[in-house]
Amino acid sequence: MPKEVPGRIDMPRQEPEARKHNFREVATGYTREMAVAEARRCLQCKKPACVAGCPVEIDIPGFIKQIKDGNLPEASRILREKNSLPATCGRVCPQEDQCEKLCVLGRKSEPVAIGRLERYVADWERQNRPVSKMPQHTPSGPRVAVVGSGPAGLTTAGDLAKLGYRVTVFEALHKPGGVLVYGIPEFRLPKAIVQEEVEYIRRLGAEIRTNVIIGRTVTVPELLAGGYGAVFISSGAGLPKFKGIPGEQFNGVASANEFLTRSNLMRAYDFPAYHTPIRVGERVAVIGAGNVAMDSARTALRLGAKEVSIVYRRSRVEMPARVEEIENAEAEGVRMRLLTDPIRINGEDGWVTSMECLRMELGELDDSGRRRPVAIGGSNFEMPVDTVIVAIATGANPLIRRTTPDLECNERGYIIADEKTGRTTKEGVWAGGDIVTGSATVILAMGAGRTAAKDIHDYLSSAGASAADTHHT
Amino acid sequence: MNKILNKEMVADATSLFVVDAPEIARKARPGQFVILRVAEEGERFPLTIADFDRQAGTVTIVSLAVGVSTTLLDRLKNGDEILDLAGPLGNPTHIEKLGRVVCVGGGVGIAAVHAVAKGFKEAGSGVTSIIGARSESKLFWQDKMARAGDELIVTTDDGSAGQKGFVTQRLQELIDSGRNIDLVFAVGPTIMMKMVAKVTEPYGIKTIVSLNPVMLDGTGMCGGCRVEVGGEQKFACVDGPDFDAHEVNFDLLLSRLSAYKNEEQRATQCHCEFDRSEEK
Repeated sequence: MPKEVPGRIDMPRQEPEARKHNFREVATGYTREMAVAEARRCLQCKKPACVAGCPVEIDIPGFIKQIKDGNLPEASRILREKNSLPATCGRVCPQEDQCEKLCVLGRKSEPVAIGRLERYVADWERQNRPVSKMPQHTPSGPRVAVVGSGPAGLTTAGDLAKLGYRVTVFEALHKPGGVLVYGIPEFRLPKAIVQEEVEYIRRLGAEIRTNVIIGRTVTVPELLAGGYGAVFISSGAGLPKFKGIPGEQFNGVASANEFLTRSNLMRAYDFPAYHTPIRVGERVAVIGAGNVAMDSARTALRLGAKEVSIVYRRSRVEMPARVEEIENAEAEGVRMRLLTDPIRINGEDGWVTSMECLRMELGELDDSGRRRPVAIGGSNFEMPVDTVIVAIATGANPLIRRTTPDLECNERGYIIADEKTGRTTKEGVWAGGDIVTGSATVILAMGAGRTAAKDIHDYLSSAGASAADTHHT
Repeated sequence: MNKILNKEMVADATSLFVVDAPEIARKARPGQFVILRVAEEGERFPLTIADFDRQAGTVTIVSLAVGVSTTLLDRLKNGDEILDLAGPLGNPTHIEKLGRVVCVGGGVGIAAVHAVAKGFKEAGSGVTSIIGARSESKLFWQDKMARAGDELIVTTDDGSAGQKGFVTQRLQELIDSGRNIDLVFAVGPTIMMKMVAKVTEPYGIKTIVSLNPVMLDGTGMCGGCRVEVGGEQKFACVDGPDFDAHEVNFDLLLSRLSAYKNEEQRATQCHCEFDRSEEK
């Protein structure tokens, strides 16, 4: 009789009632015992299916075996070989759609909790081998410029620095990290951790310059003319989109980018100790149902809102957010108002008072095989709210496009880049991450960063390199 | 980085800073602004580039201490560094050779209008500057503004310097005198810009204003600075800060500017009064 395969070890979490009032991490991480027990579940497949699901090709069974054997330094080395931001990925990657989805254990039982194990190793490393003890490398190879210090840019910078290139990362904001620092909340990804992950990239030898806006302070053509042999554009998809319904100009309506940037980057949750204010009122409606919407809703709760609703025009199965984040939000009391479409925001004395919505129902199948939401005529109803957060989509900031001739973009403003190499239509310029794909995930951005780093290396180590070297400034 | 090379008080609660910022100075054009922070817990806030020297690698900003951030900035001295300084941001003012440009600066807006007046004059335009403040103690740069253009009109609400009255009255008089005006460029408190637009509208005189909504990032990623111009939504940081005054919804801007009034008061009480008690 085959032995029953044990399910995965649960991730310890703060209880919902407690955690919705603080900004500390919700998931508190495996203990050593839990990690070893979970690592034992891995079958160490000869032909591991999971690796193919990892955008940065981590040797998954490799690092898991080391956890099982109690050899954490080696586990950490294997993880670091392919992942520059392991503490981040272990927390925010949708492993359930990637490596874990392919795990053979998933057929009879639950897949190995690869993400939780990755986090465990990364956290062990942070505590036992702090980055402050890491030696400072000083590469002396050709110069490469990276635009944007989000996951894509940091990965490219790390990979190229390891190969000996002198990389400079230009970041428009005053702190590096991109979405890791402005978009993802403290309770999912502590900023102290992001800071250490960024410091690791610095120690590899990459220079990170904040407060430099490429497209304004200096342009991409100027970088190329100024001695950089290659430029990687990873500026993200930061332009906020509004719904375009009447009333979005009222006070109390904010884009998710604004709301989250106030809370995460500017630490408005610590107002007035931190000077940037943020306001939620009692009743908050978040329009949208992606991870950003969940983050906004859960942040609003923690800021003191009594009622927080997700308002989404489609149904549950279409919600783009990670199931785990939806579950976390619901456990904390966020209400899901699905098949609901806001059509107007009402206000008084310049402030939001309510949102008029239409109820939707699922109608005919559309081209993608999904049932299209259709408005139910006359189903209008009024939702009283104090704050509306618009978390529907983001677009491409036009600054770089407008100041870089010959850089072809698609009709929505995203840079056109070859999927296999990251090359754009402009010689010497690569691009990757959200500025190419539109809003996607941290790990996909990292994958694009890795792809571009490889190609930049190929390009610069061939005929291009000696030419680039003569333009030193 | 961002060392203050010269700091001086130019008027009541109004300080000027010449900052070592070669990259920004190299690229700065009239009408653009910088975003700065002066404390680790501090806000990001914008200030118009009042002047720049590409050779010396410096930019000049002028700030009126009204809340926490500007008060903390005001406390910095020669040799101190500005924690974070980024720019130049915003679209540069469209400058061309025109017959007559009237540059109107109200209060601390005088600093903002300075670079524009200078730019138009350098382009060969005739420039008349009208600068105004509530009283003489709040006025500054009369000499610089006199040099920036070829004609200067000074006015104060209480008549303590120059003529008595508002900048709008001086502008009306200029229009009434029959002189040809090709463009009016105005910067100052939002209500002032709204009134300037009202003055010029009946005559169809093209009027550009530099809007000052609340900003968070200044690079186009948050939408906090959105304004309504010609019925459309625009972001002041990337579509502006200059806009056609006759298309701007000023009342909406005024409403949005007061969104955080309570929080601003609270922060000021918390940080400015607390610190003052330490100085005793």
